Amino acid sequence: MSGVGAVSSSPLPVAQRAATPLRGRLGYFLRRNPRVLLGGVVVVFLVLVAIFAPLLVPYDPIEVNPTDSLEAPSLQHLFGTDDLGRDVLSRVILGARVSLSVGLISVTIGLIVGVSVGLAAGYLGGPVDLLAMRVIDALLAFPALLLAISITAALGPQIWNAMIAIGVVAIPAYTRLTRAQVLSIREREFVTATRAIGASSWRIVFRHILPNVSNSLVVQASLSTAFAILAEASLSFLGLGAQPPTPSWGQDINYSQRYLSNMMWWMSAGPGLAIFLAVLSFNFLGDALRDALDPHLRRRA
Amino acid sequence: MTEYITRRIVLMIPVAFLVTLIIFVLVRMAPGDPVLTYAGEERDPEQLEQIRKSLGLDQPLPVQYVLWLGRAAQGDFGRSIRTRQPVGDAIRERLGATLELGLAAVLLSSTISLVVGTVSALKRNSWIDIVATGITLGGVSLPNFFLGLVLILIFGLALRMFPPGGYVPFTQDPLGNLQRLVLPAITLATASLAVNMRQVRSSLLDVLAQDYVRTARAKGLRQQAVIVGHALKNALIPVVTLVGLQVGAVVEGALITETIFFWPGVGRLAVDSIGGRDYPVVQAIVLVSALSFMVTTLFVDILYGWLDPRISYGGGAR
Repeated sequence: MSGVGAVSSSPLPVAQRAATPLRGRLGYFLRRNPRVLLGGVVVVFLVLVAIFAPLLVPYDPIEVNPTDSLEAPSLQHLFGTDDLGRDVLSRVILGARVSLSVGLISVTIGLIVGVSVGLAAGYLGGPVDLLAMRVIDALLAFPALLLAISITAALGPQIWNAMIAIGVVAIPAYTRLTRAQVLSIREREFVTATRAIGASSWRIVFRHILPNVSNSLVVQASLSTAFAILAEASLSFLGLGAQPPTPSWGQDINYSQRYLSNMMWWMSAGPGLAIFLAVLSFNFLGDALRDALDPHLRRRA
Repeated sequence: MTEYITRRIVLMIPVAFLVTLIIFVLVRMAPGDPVLTYAGEERDPEQLEQIRKSLGLDQPLPVQYVLWLGRAAQGDFGRSIRTRQPVGDAIRERLGATLELGLAAVLLSSTISLVVGTVSALKRNSWIDIVATGITLGGVSLPNFFLGLVLILIFGLALRMFPPGGYVPFTQDPLGNLQRLVLPAITLATASLAVNMRQVRSSLLDVLAQDYVRTARAKGLRQQAVIVGHALKNALIPVVTLVGLQVGAVVEGALITETIFFWPGVGRLAVDSIGGRDYPVVQAIVLVSALSFMVTTLFVDILYGWLDPRISYGGGAR
């Protein structure tokens, strides 16, 4: 069953699809896949919070305010205040900027580098493929978080370096995904036909092969954003990410540890729940997208 | 099979070299001159030159790489900059604690995921399946340092059921050792629990749809015999892979968990050494865990082929 099913359910080359207006297609897609809609709404909400953070914060998240220090959650301070009297909710809202920009930038690095290497390796084959895949194997030989930590430690503890490190760690997944797709599509008839009418390699790769990988890439991008946010939080927790006084969820949790034995839980709870919500929503969206876009994977996952 | 193993090992050699090269380059890129760190208060240029020579840092980089690799191959990773202790000894001292924690976490996560995953697959879309799936997604998304702090707060500080952190050797105080193991083991197990449970569920669902399971049912076997005797055997093969990889990544998982719970293992040593710019220690830990991860991966692949004769490792391209 699986053999026949795999062939008939393989996606049509994108270029051949009927030209429905984009908005209509998106609306239809979302109605068909309510989980994607739900995940997407939460993700869009988080992005909006990050963009408009300075307008949303009820208090200055950095200014020290000794008279209000270590207050439990109340109507004035919904998430309480920290030892310097800073409003935890305001810090959580502004912290979304760091987390989401690390997610965005590191995933962009991973996507661009990973896909380029994957396209080159898969399409050119031969020594390029051999060399590129050994480097990818070497990157995969490291446990992911350990590699991110080592790279950040080597470059110096700064948020930009954390982005680069997490981006590098994300590369292999994109490369393998792209290369595998290129290898299977390269020999398909429509590619041969395109080559026969004289299309250049660039045109084949960008007009015909890349669009066919895009579904898997969208899924992977969502899942690796979740990983990036989690990794950034871990790096910041270890003091390798954003540096004080910039609010960052992982670093704020690390800082809150010293008040844990006094049962001042709210300093950790706000940023902890924020990380959880952000990672969960990207994981949920990625999962839903995989089920919606990739019928091959649905059966296995 | 032998041919496959040989091929894999041959392919592994260049990758292993690349791994060592990456680690070497990363450590040399790190900010700060190791000579100054090593010298402490000493600032006399002649003395510094002496130290530079004794550390071999006056040689060209490729020479340094070869020398470092040669020593590392013999298990000599140099001395810790902070404590002057040989790095190999420092790691060996703490390996026991890490392995204890890692093993406990893997056992915990495999047992629970096996039971819950099986129930979930058999009672698909029941409330238990839905709850388990929800926990699965939640478990992957929960940062383990946050989970650790929540557990410390609830079970360590508020209810005082377990000590909130620390370590005593098993040989000194077995009960105390196990009490302190509970919270970090749960923390470490949660992330892999989610992944494992999902794998058990989905591969069991796959297997249950196979003809031979229908045959087993048709010949009148009881549900329990079908599941335990026939289905689980095959369904667990991918789970073995997953658990194997988790064993290989034990140091990585331990990094943060050990730090929060003051568990004196290799992970905590790594975190402390990164903070203290103790590069020989960091270098050695990353190298050892990357290489052991590679070896475990190979071992798991071989085991996979041995467990599942349907997989043939013929000569074809990977």
